[in-house]
Amino acid sequence: MKTLFILLDKEVRQFIRNSFMPKLVLIFPLMIMLIMPWVTTMDVRHINVSVVDQDHSSASRRLIQKINASDYFSLVQVSEHYEESFRQLEANNADVIIEIPDRFGESLVEGSAEKLRITANGVNAMKGGIGAQYTTQTAMQTLSELLAEEGSQLPNDTFVIENRYNPTLEYRNYMIPALMIMLLIMLCGFLPSLNLVGEKEVGTIEQINVTPVGRFTFTLAKLIPYWVIGLIVLSIAMLLAYIIYGLSPVGSFGAIYLAAILFILTMSGLGVTIANGSSTMQQAMFVMFFFVMVFVLMSGLITPIASMPEWAQWITRFLPPRYFIEIMQAVYLKGTSINELWQAYTALTLFATLFDLLAAVTYKKQT
Amino acid sequence: MGNFVSFVRKEMLHIIRDPRTMLIVLLMPIVQMLLFGFAISTEINNIDFAVVAPKQSETIRRQVERLAVNDYFTFKGYIAPQTIDDVLRRGDVDAVVVFANDYDRRITDTSGANRSRPAIQLIFDASNPNIATSGSGYIQRVLQQESPLTAAMPETHTMYNPQMKSAYNFVPGIMGLIFLLICAMMTSISIVREKETGTMEVLLVSPARPLQIIFSKMIPYFLLSCINLMTILLLARFALEVPMTGSMFGLIGISLLYILLALALGLFISTIARTQVAAMLVSGMVLLMPVIMLSGMAFPVENMPGVLRAVSCIVPARWYIDAMRKLMIEGVHFDAVLKEFLVLTAMTAILVTVALKKFKDKLE
Amino acid sequence: MDRNKVISVKNLSKKFGEFLAVDRISFEVERGEIFGFLGANGAGKTTAMRMLCGLSYPTSGSGTVAGYDIMTQGEEIKRHIGYMSQRFSLYEDLTVWENIRLYAGIYGLTRRQTLRRTVELLDRLQFRSEIHTLVGLLPLGWKQKLAFSVATLHHPEVIFLDEPTGGVDPITRRQFWELIYEASAAGTTIFVTTHYMDEAEYCSRVSIMVDGQIRALAAPAELKRQFAAQTMDEVFRILARDAKRGE
Repeated sequence: MKTLFILLDKEVRQFIRNSFMPKLVLIFPLMIMLIMPWVTTMDVRHINVSVVDQDHSSASRRLIQKINASDYFSLVQVSEHYEESFRQLEANNADVIIEIPDRFGESLVEGSAEKLRITANGVNAMKGGIGAQYTTQTAMQTLSELLAEEGSQLPNDTFVIENRYNPTLEYRNYMIPALMIMLLIMLCGFLPSLNLVGEKEVGTIEQINVTPVGRFTFTLAKLIPYWVIGLIVLSIAMLLAYIIYGLSPVGSFGAIYLAAILFILTMSGLGVTIANGSSTMQQAMFVMFFFVMVFVLMSGLITPIASMPEWAQWITRFLPPRYFIEIMQAVYLKGTSINELWQAYTALTLFATLFDLLAAVTYKKQT
Repeated sequence: MGNFVSFVRKEMLHIIRDPRTMLIVLLMPIVQMLLFGFAISTEINNIDFAVVAPKQSETIRRQVERLAVNDYFTFKGYIAPQTIDDVLRRGDVDAVVVFANDYDRRITDTSGANRSRPAIQLIFDASNPNIATSGSGYIQRVLQQESPLTAAMPETHTMYNPQMKSAYNFVPGIMGLIFLLICAMMTSISIVREKETGTMEVLLVSPARPLQIIFSKMIPYFLLSCINLMTILLLARFALEVPMTGSMFGLIGISLLYILLALALGLFISTIARTQVAAMLVSGMVLLMPVIMLSGMAFPVENMPGVLRAVSCIVPARWYIDAMRKLMIEGVHFDAVLKEFLVLTAMTAILVTVALKKFKDKLE
Repeated sequence: MDRNKVISVKNLSKKFGEFLAVDRISFEVERGEIFGFLGANGAGKTTAMRMLCGLSYPTSGSGTVAGYDIMTQGEEIKRHIGYMSQRFSLYEDLTVWENIRLYAGIYGLTRRQTLRRTVELLDRLQFRSEIHTLVGLLPLGWKQKLAFSVATLHHPEVIFLDEPTGGVDPITRRQFWELIYEASAAGTTIFVTTHYMDEAEYCSRVSIMVDGQIRALAAPAELKRQFAAQTMDEVFRILARDAKRGE
């Protein structure tokens, strides 16, 4: 126990004395929280629409006006011919083309409606897909308004939509809790790993290996500072999220910190395991990079897990960040409790135990 | 020339002797391509929903059935109104469809008397806004099938990639990232390592010209990048079936230009960084992060605030990715990417000049 | 077991794959001896030494260090030895005092012991004014002397030195050997590998390793007589001539 304190003292001093590390701990969360939420938005706004109006009726004008007024759309042009609009689409200036056929207005009143045709630009699948969706909705809404004004009675099939937990549909709110996880992956996974390999490269680890210091004690002393740093950085990030974006967790802080602790244990265990298997920083870095890449892409940070095929969803079960992201988003936005998320917590506990054991076992003082 | 070849051979050996790193470098693009191509998708294609229906009339059952058979939805059962919040909070379902008590009467009533009160309430877990928005669109569309409006439902086509495979978009992004990773990051680290261990001194006092030494360091990474370029293009064409009808000459030419640019960046970093860790952090934080964030690889540039959009103009990967997207997916001619080509050429010229000048200054 | 045999090794071997780095070496080192462990680069010195320090498991053979088995009691051995290598440096981003306190703490010295020995150590090295200097800023010779003193801080029974004077000027080397003599006089056994043949002359006994085997083992004077040589340098040349492994 005493040895642990002595080694901790050493690690803390080395950390503070480093010209770069203490700054990193402050700059990194600032950078992530200030910039990333603006960048990582999948909000689909400003869909560029090009309208081909062959009808020139009050109905078509009404539809164009509706599109022009909406926040979601930017009207690029109203053209006469499909070819003209298509060129805009080709040049990537338009995401969606709406074609209003000749006699559209008349046919609507007659009840044998001519169909509108919507063409979406699939180059940006997200924007094209949701753009087409919005356009359809707007068109349908306009149609039903027009019909109602014409006096034709429609069945009362109205919908009311309630967007619970995030009523303004702000994509940022969904990303911010997940971005905090990126911070922890970087700080608690990469840094201890590089630190340990660094001692290997310089050779100081050999000196420790000929002393009676236990490998658990030594590893623990390496990790504890990063655990503390992880929790501090998480707190800074949460504070920033509140100050800048007015986002604070609906659920309990206890639930967040418990999950964070389990996750930090997991990531640092992984980092140390990789360090134990590497002899140069470049190696450790690249192996770590590989894992982080898979984590970022597959654990639901960028794209929903539910959209993945069966086999890929199965793989995600073995990715610790998946559970942490699930917890963070649920607790932050929905106020879900630990009890309700017990499966995710159990999974994280298992991962933490597994990776930390692995880290301890792979560290060999004697070869 | 003889000693140049022997230098290149030495650099090759360095890389081959570290099979783990090499494996990762060669495997990384493949795994990324496969993950993007077959595993992840930004498309919302599975929405779990539950239904609250105080009276399960024939009409309601038909409506629910209609949703349940749709591929986009998974029906999780009928629930009691007071558990709506529980199931949403636990994440059991993404949406709850609440039918009004007098749904049957309401939908047949055309008098307009009840217009203010909705017949169906859709409650979404909007923590992921895109699930909520596209979900509500889908659900309304399905449930409105009995409405006369359906006849007027617009037809929708998607140009360029009709199956809406998100993979298409990511391919150029992966290329932008991988070349930067291999060329800039690995080159800078390997040069800095020689500085750290002092072997650089030995090389510099040898009769070889400093520029030869630097070029010999770059050639292996250039070759590795070419291998990766090939794997990526082959995978894109044959595994992901990206059309790639654009100018092949432009595609490869601009890629090589970009690789050159990345190598110059690597050299530049190696002249600033004194330690490997510093080189790593500089390339990681200053290069990779902005590329992932600002190049439009994963997140559309046009959604960003003006300041960030302006910043993204100086990120080379942004121009490269734009050019690749046009050439690979839209299949345009070379003249359509002339602007990108010129910007990249200018950037490369500036970077090469600056990096070489800095490197020479360091020697004196 | 003979209490005076601090190191005792029998048929110790280490194989890396097909490569036999150390080939059945046997020797004993007595308390208070300065035992010189010589050999060309790649002869297997460092590998042998790493096995004695509990850093590496022998492939076969047996041995004890400070009365503990090198196969099974590696961690016990570490409590009773000191170690310093040419490659080893103290933590360069810690001060002299912080390094001393770190290793004193690791070996479980009390605060009073630590303070007393630190003062002793610094006085011996005339280092007092540098106590709060970062080790990275010290010249190499000072670093080596400091490293040696820190390795003896816990009064180990044996101290292993792996080419301790590599790259150091002759005056500092002289001073370094004075430190070694002092420690030896205080009853510490010294096990030292070196390249410098003049240093071999300072040892009480010397073993010379060639191709993983010990080819000669005796006092320097005895060796010179055996090989009819004037200096240890000559002895070494004669033995190293028929080495198969080289650089």
